[in-house]
Amino acid sequence: MVESPLVRAALRIFTGAVMVFIYLPLVILAVYAFNASPLGGWPPSGFTLDWFGEAAGSPAIRDALSNSLTVATISTLLALILGTLAALAMQRYSFFGKNSISFLFVLPIALPGVVTGISLQSSFKLFGIDLGLHTIVIAHATFCVVVAYNNVVARLRRLPRSPEEASADLGADSWMTFRRITLPGMRTALLSGGLLAFALSFDEVIVTLFAAGPGARTLPIWVFSELQRSYQLPVVNVVALLLVLVSVIPVWIAQRIGGGEIARGGR
Amino acid sequence: MIRRITGWFNRHPRATLGALLAGPLGWISVVYLGSLLILLMHAFWSKDSFTGKVEPFNWTLDAFVQILSNPVYFTIAARTIGIALLVTISAAAIALPVAYYMARIASPRKRALLLVAVTMPLWASYLVKIYAWRTILQTNGLLGWAISPFGLEGPGLTEIANSWLVLTYLWLPYMILPVYAGLERIPNSLLEASADLGGRGWITFRRVIFPQLIPALAAGSIFTFSLSIGDYIVPDLVSDAKFIGNVIYDNSALGSFPVAAAFSFVPIVVMIGYLLFARRLGAFESL
Repeated sequence: MVESPLVRAALRIFTGAVMVFIYLPLVILAVYAFNASPLGGWPPSGFTLDWFGEAAGSPAIRDALSNSLTVATISTLLALILGTLAALAMQRYSFFGKNSISFLFVLPIALPGVVTGISLQSSFKLFGIDLGLHTIVIAHATFCVVVAYNNVVARLRRLPRSPEEASADLGADSWMTFRRITLPGMRTALLSGGLLAFALSFDEVIVTLFAAGPGARTLPIWVFSELQRSYQLPVVNVVALLLVLVSVIPVWIAQRIGGGEIARGGR
Repeated sequence: MIRRITGWFNRHPRATLGALLAGPLGWISVVYLGSLLILLMHAFWSKDSFTGKVEPFNWTLDAFVQILSNPVYFTIAARTIGIALLVTISAAAIALPVAYYMARIASPRKRALLLVAVTMPLWASYLVKIYAWRTILQTNGLLGWAISPFGLEGPGLTEIANSWLVLTYLWLPYMILPVYAGLERIPNSLLEASADLGGRGWITFRRVIFPQLIPALAAGSIFTFSLSIGDYIVPDLVSDAKFIGNVIYDNSALGSFPVAAAFSFVPIVVMIGYLLFARRLGAFESL
């Protein structure tokens, strides 16, 4: 079908407007981080870098940042191990109940986050497990498994089996074959899956609020509690900008090394 | 030693499979399914009226009675589902023309660029995007400033329509991507055939393209609907209306797990119903 020039122009303008709609809020946010006025009105009153210094000097922000990094690192490692094991099992074997199991791995992101959050919290409470960083790690690892799993499965599907068979024919045992052949083949998928899981964990707030105890603040939780107060500190703008960069840069790298599955997004 | 172990696993493929699956399957079953089960049981457990502590395995329907006897819960459930539907419809209405432009009009270079441009914001911090909208929507924010020459005021942070807008903004890419993929799959010959048979642009869209896009729209709607129905941060930060998630969160903060758990049945049941509906429309083939 050939669209009329009018339709083509209208679609082009509409798409352009939607792109502005998508990116405008992020641009505004970046502008506010450099706003001299401590009040959040528009237009900004001048340029300053003071808030960056203030954010860097705040112990609350530094603690939250280090909590976020700790949680994201540990849950990414857990998710990578569990996701890779699951991917190897699902891709290399056929067995009864396989479809139900693959559905099971997707469930934590298919059901609304609030359900995942309240489920985990109610069982932590029931078993007398104190809420803290460790419970956040358990929660994050649970929904990050599917990200790692998806990446590794997609890679294993493309990886030819012949080198593994050749390795076995040449007398290598299955561990040697895995270490020398399969693992190197999965390396970039593991890296990109890990980066995506890291970004997902670093940014998560819906489930985290349920899994976090009073003392355990991640960076998004710090931002959320600041936003709930009527008076907002301008350093929130700086932290917000940091959050965007820390979640987008790993994804950008993951896309460059080409692990696929980027389009699926989080949650 | 390793040689002996791997040799044994080599000879017992079923055991290898079991060893591979034990960790991940155990984790998901114990941590996730286990807590889901515990949540569902909580809905039927009683609470000590004096101390407010949950009494496990003390079965009662009190939580459901409390929810059903108070019309506020019904209003909140209806409001949440209504907004989630509105978000889905508006996201679809915006996604269709954008995806159409990307798939059929844009040059390959531009198409690749647009795909990245649509995908990247999915990963830019969820909370920060809500925060950015707060700064825009607040009375003295960018929107109020832009419309003040016309004698209008910024909407402030109480309107329920804000939640509709911000949720649409957040989940829009989840709709654009599957619709784009769906459009890519429609062969050109089909559209040429329609044109040859006298179908003008609009008729071809309505009779040939749109019906083939229904699975893709249904796939996208799973995300927009599910993510909206479970959200409690957006209504809290840009409106003053409560959603299902707020009731669950507030009750859990007060230690009222039975009520929180009983109300969780609403999003779970609605989502299962929606997934079955979407599957009939063919959504799972185009995920």
